[in-house]
Amino acid sequence: MLTIKEYVKAATIDEAYDLNQKKTNCICGGMIWLKMQRKNVQTIIDLSGLGLDKIEEREDEFEIGAMVTLRDIEENKALNDYTNGAVKESVRHIVGVQFRNVATVGGSIFGRFGFSDVLTMFIALDSYVKLYKGGIVSLEEFAKMPKDRDILMSIIVKKQPLKCVYMSQRNTKTDFPVIACGLSLVGDTYKIVLGARPAKAAAITYKKDESMDIKEFAEKMGEAAAESFDFNTNMRASAEYRKHLAKVIVKRACLKMEGVY
Amino acid sequence: MIITVNINGKNVTEDIEADLILLDFLRKHGCYSVKRGCETSNCGLCTVLMDEKPVLSCSMLAAKADGKNIMTLEGLQKEAEEFGTFVANQGAEQCGFCNPGFIMNVIAMFREYENPTDEEIKEYLAGNLCRCSGYEGQMRAIKKFMAERKGAK
Repeated sequence: MLTIKEYVKAATIDEAYDLNQKKTNCICGGMIWLKMQRKNVQTIIDLSGLGLDKIEEREDEFEIGAMVTLRDIEENKALNDYTNGAVKESVRHIVGVQFRNVATVGGSIFGRFGFSDVLTMFIALDSYVKLYKGGIVSLEEFAKMPKDRDILMSIIVKKQPLKCVYMSQRNTKTDFPVIACGLSLVGDTYKIVLGARPAKAAAITYKKDESMDIKEFAEKMGEAAAESFDFNTNMRASAEYRKHLAKVIVKRACLKMEGVY
Repeated sequence: MIITVNINGKNVTEDIEADLILLDFLRKHGCYSVKRGCETSNCGLCTVLMDEKPVLSCSMLAAKADGKNIMTLEGLQKEAEEFGTFVANQGAEQCGFCNPGFIMNVIAMFREYENPTDEEIKEYLAGNLCRCSGYEGQMRAIKKFMAERKGAK
C-alpha cells in the first residue's frame, strides 16, 4: 500500500529538484505504477504545474514534456505523421483510454521499465532526454544509467528522413507485451529495438542489403536480431518463446516497413 | 491540504489527506456510481471525466484534481439514462457491475467520435472489463444505439 504524508505541487523546477533529493520523497507522473507499490512517501512532488505537458514541434525536432500523457502522443498528428503512425501503435494497446489519459511519457521513460512500449518506441527514434541537472543525454544511454534523483523534463526527438514501424505481441489484449519491437531505417542502416525480453529495451543496428530479396533479407535480419539479444523467462513467456517471437516480429516489422506485410 | 474540486457542477472545498484517492473523495461526496473494481488501473470501473477526459479515479490522488471539473454518472444523468436504458432494453447488460464505468466511457467516446468504427469502439472501450464477458452484447447495443440516433437526426 502507498502512503503519502505530504503533497507538493512544485512551483518551480528548482523546488521540485530540491525536494526530490530526499530519499523518502518521490516525483509522481501519472502515479499508476507508483500507486501499486508498497511504499511510504514523505512528500510526493507533482510536476503538473511546470508546463511540462506540451508537445512542441520545431524545424529539426520534437520536444515532448515529461507530463505529456500517453493519450496525447497517441493523438498527436505531427508526431504520428513523422513516425508513420508508429507512436500511436506503440501506445494504443496499453490498457485503455482512461489509463492513457493519466499515464505520462516522463513516468514511462524515467522508470525504464522492461515492459515499456514507450521506451522501446523512442529508442528506435533519434531520441534524447533532457534532465534538469544531467543535461541532454541520448535515450539509449539513459536507459542503461542507474536511477538517480535528477528530474526528467522532456524527451527530444531529432527529425531526420526515416522509416519507422512498431509492433508488439501480447498474450492477451491490454496486457504487458511479451515482446516489443521498434524498427527504424535511416539511410541504409536499420535500428532494431527489442523490449519486454523481459529486460528493458536495447538496440542493435543492421545494414540494409539491397542485393537480397526483401523477404529473404527480413528473415535474415530477424534471425540476426534473435541471436544478438538476451531473452529471459517470466510468468508471461519463456526465454525460448521470446527468442522465437523476436525473430518473427523483426521480420514482420521489416516487411511492414516495405509494405509487403 | 485544502483542495477545491468542481464535482458535477458544484464546487467542493475540503481539507484532505495527501494520499486520499480521487475515488474515495468522490464517494465521500455522494458519487456512489464511482466504484472500486480492480484497483490495479485495469478494469475501468472507476472511470470519471476530468476536464472532459475519461480517467481512472482509483489511480489518481484527489490532490491532483484540485481546480478541475469532475463529472460522474450522477452528473450526466440524462445522457447516462438514455444510453443505460437502451442497453438494458437490448438485453445487453448482464450483472451490471461494470455499467457505471462502461457508460461513462461510452459517453466520453461519443463526445470524441461522432460515428466511431467497430475498431475505434473496441479500442476506446478496451479498458472497460466486463466480468460476465458480455462484450458482444455491448457492441451490438452501441451499434444499434448509434444507428437509432443517426435515424432520429
